[in-house]
Amino acid sequence: MVPHEHPSPARRRIAIGSGLALLLAGCGEAPRPTFHSIDVTGATFGQGFALTDFNGQPRTLADYKGKVVALFFGFTQCPDACPSAMSKLAGIARALGPDAARLQVVFITVDPERDTPALLKEYVPAFDPSFVGLHGTPQQVAEVAKAYKAFYGKVKGSTPESYTIDHSTFTYLYDTQGRLRLMARHEITAKDLEADIRALLRS
Amino acid sequence: MQKHPIAGRLAALVLPASLLFTSSIAFAQVVVSDPWVRGTVGGMRATGAFMQITSKSDTRLVAAASPAARVVEVHEMAVVDNVMRMRAIEAIPVTAGKPVMLEPGGYHVMLIGLEKPLTPGQTVPITLTFEGPEGRRQQVQVKAEVRPLNAPAGHGGGARGAHPPHSK
Repeated sequence: MVPHEHPSPARRRIAIGSGLALLLAGCGEAPRPTFHSIDVTGATFGQGFALTDFNGQPRTLADYKGKVVALFFGFTQCPDACPSAMSKLAGIARALGPDAARLQVVFITVDPERDTPALLKEYVPAFDPSFVGLHGTPQQVAEVAKAYKAFYGKVKGSTPESYTIDHSTFTYLYDTQGRLRLMARHEITAKDLEADIRALLRS
Repeated sequence: MQKHPIAGRLAALVLPASLLFTSSIAFAQVVVSDPWVRGTVGGMRATGAFMQITSKSDTRLVAAASPAARVVEVHEMAVVDNVMRMRAIEAIPVTAGKPVMLEPGGYHVMLIGLEKPLTPGQTVPITLTFEGPEGRRQQVQVKAEVRPLNAPAGHGGGARGAHPPHSK
């Protein structure tokens, strides 16, 4: 028995303790929850916006810190994709019950010419009263979309008023710390999207 | 396809329902079921109409008109590479005996230039024009039920029978 080959009980406790600490730290980071959406944690795009809500209030992402933010680019004359996405989120808000207070759905119009603040104020809360619609000048909207790598483009219709807009359909999901974490595809089921939002609410 | 929206609209207004009814019976080949329109809120100028179409013989939906909208177009929507693209198309082909769904995520009839908001409980008359392979045209008038703006995808159309795959 050579003393220096065997750590004292005190040293051993420290060793075990730090091992446990490492293990715990590992638990906190390594086994990330598996998401149904695309995990974009650490992304350098989509870091925020500065637009105006339908009440005329300037809004940035930081206003919603403490909440999971689900952000969608769309336009009100979209007959199909946008209402489907918004209805899905409204259903999830209902399913969350009291936790819905920690979810903020944000709809950014890519049609600032036709989607006036007044129209957004009627359209967006029709899905859920807590949802917010954001508006900006065409240039502001273009800058935000670029910062999110979101695509949109006007497509001429048969009359000047009947143009439509192609646009990307991702829902961007932020955790309660305001970090962009996930991008949900349009095809995601309400159940899977709800699971991802719940996971972000817990994180 | 949308060359004569106003003519179509007038036709829908002036043709007695009985005449339309008779004409659809005379051909008795196209059946439109579960027509519905997504409701709108004030200021919205456009929305989509959805339905299920079946026909005993091959035909195509080539035009639509409604007194509720200044312009009515036949559209196809698809999400490709995560981008939603919507286009007016010349026609929706209907193969004999195979139901075609106009539903969120595929085809729809687009009502553009709405005169006023469409609220749940209302019905919207829509006149659909079909053209057979021999060029013979048939008009079918439907009354589409207005459903809430937030009616989820898949809620509409196809209440009866199985959903056939999209014919795209």
